[in-house]
Amino acid sequence: MGIRALFIMLLVAVAAIVAMGFSGDNAIFLPGLLQGATLTIQIAVVGSIIAFCAAILAALGKMYGPLPIRWLANIYIEIFRGTSALVQLFWLFFVLPQFGILLDAYTAAVIGLGLNVGAYGAEVVRGAIGAVPRGQWEASTALNMTRGQMLRRIILPQALLAMIPPWGNLLIELLKTTALVSMITLTDLAFKAQQLNQTTMKTVPIFTLVLLMYLVISLTITIGMRLLERRAARGVTRGRLA
Amino acid sequence: MIWDWAYTLEILPRLARAAIITVEATLLGFVFAAILGLVLAVVRLAFPKTLVPISVFVEFIRSTPLLIQIFFLYFVFPSFGIVLDAFTAGVLALGLHYGAYCSEVYRAGFEGVHRGQWEAATALNLDTWTTFRDIIVPQAIPPTVPALGNYLVALLKETPLLSAIAVLELMQTAKILGSENFRYTEPITLVGLFFLAMSLVSAMLIRMVEAALKRRYVR
Repeated sequence: MGIRALFIMLLVAVAAIVAMGFSGDNAIFLPGLLQGATLTIQIAVVGSIIAFCAAILAALGKMYGPLPIRWLANIYIEIFRGTSALVQLFWLFFVLPQFGILLDAYTAAVIGLGLNVGAYGAEVVRGAIGAVPRGQWEASTALNMTRGQMLRRIILPQALLAMIPPWGNLLIELLKTTALVSMITLTDLAFKAQQLNQTTMKTVPIFTLVLLMYLVISLTITIGMRLLERRAARGVTRGRLA
Repeated sequence: MIWDWAYTLEILPRLARAAIITVEATLLGFVFAAILGLVLAVVRLAFPKTLVPISVFVEFIRSTPLLIQIFFLYFVFPSFGIVLDAFTAGVLALGLHYGAYCSEVYRAGFEGVHRGQWEAATALNLDTWTTFRDIIVPQAIPPTVPALGNYLVALLKETPLLSAIAVLELMQTAKILGSENFRYTEPITLVGLFFLAMSLVSAMLIRMVEAALKRRYVR
C-alpha cells in the first residue's frame, strides 16, 4: 500500500478508537488499555534496540569473525530462528532460574524478543552487506582502509539503506510478538485485555479496541519506516541499492 | 541435579503425543492459509474493485498480533452466536493470519508471470480459465514455494500460542507437566528441541518439494 493509503487507514483506526472508546460504558476500559499499550510500546522499543545490536553483531560475527565466533553466531541464529518465540520466553523466565540466573519478567521479555528478532535481523543484515557491490570493497582496499574503516565508513552506510524495508517488517513482527509477554506475567496490552475481559465480560468492545490499538502502533511503525527510507535514500543515485 | 533423565524419559511419551496435535494444527492451518491466500490473490487479480477491501483486510491481519486474533475468534465470536471449540478457533486464526501473508506471496508470483504469456494465450484463443489453469498457475506457483515454506515453518512456531486458549498442544502439555511436577526445565527444553526438530524436518521437505518442482517445470 502507498504511504497515503496507510496514513488514511491510521486516521480511520484512531478515529474508530476514539469513537468506540468514548461511547457509553466503554470509557472505563481506556485507562487500563492505554496503560497496557504504553508497556507494549516500551517493550517493543527496548526489544528492537537489543534486536538491532544482536543482529549486527551476529551478522558481522558470522561473516568476518574467526571460526569459533562464526560457529557461535551460526548456533545463535539457528536456535533462535528454529524454535518458537513463546518457548524462548518461557525458557528465559522459568528455566533460567533453575540454573541460578533470575531474570525479572520485563528483562526476560526484552531479552527474549530482542534475541529472537535479532536472529532474523542477522540474516537481513548479512543479505544487505552482501548486496553492496564488490567494487566498493575493492575501492576501499585501494584507498588503504583497514577492514574496520571499510565496514564503518563505506559498507555499512550503504547496507543500512538496503536494510530499512526488511527491518520495517521485522519491527512489526516484534510488536506483534510482544503480545506473548502477557504469558510471563507482564501487564501489557494483551494482558490488560484478558484482565478486563475476565472482570467485565464485555468481550466485543475490549478486543476490538485492542486490535485497533495494535493496528495503530504497527501502522505508525510502517509509515515511520517508509519516511525513514525516503529520507535515507535522499541523495543516493539510483544504483543497485536504491 | 539440574537435569533429570528419568523424568525426561517419563514425560517424553506425553510430549510426543502432544506433538501430534501441534503437527495437526500446523498442517490444517497451513492448508487453510494456502487456500485462503490463493483465493484472496485470485479475487484481487480478477476483480479490480475488490483491491481496496482486500488490501485493507490483509494489512489489518498482518498488523495485529496473532494472539489477539486467536482471542478474538475464541472469546468474541460466541457473542455473535458462533461458538468454536478451542482447536477450531486456533486453527482458523492461524489459517486466517497466514492466509493474509500467503496472498501477498501468490500476488508476487502472479506478477512475476510475464504479460506476454496472457497475450499469447489470448492470441491462441484460450479462455480465461484455461489460461489461468494451464499457463499462468504452472509458472506462478513454483517460484512461490520457498516463501510459502518459510510461512509453514513460521506457522509451526506460532502454534504454542494455542496454549493460551488451552489447546492441548506441545506447550500447553509442557506447562501442565511442569506444574504437576514443579519442574519446568525438562518439559520446556524438550518442547524447544521438538520444535527445532520439526522446523528442520519441514525445511528439508520444502527443499525436496522445491527440487521436485524445479525438475518438472524447468524454464
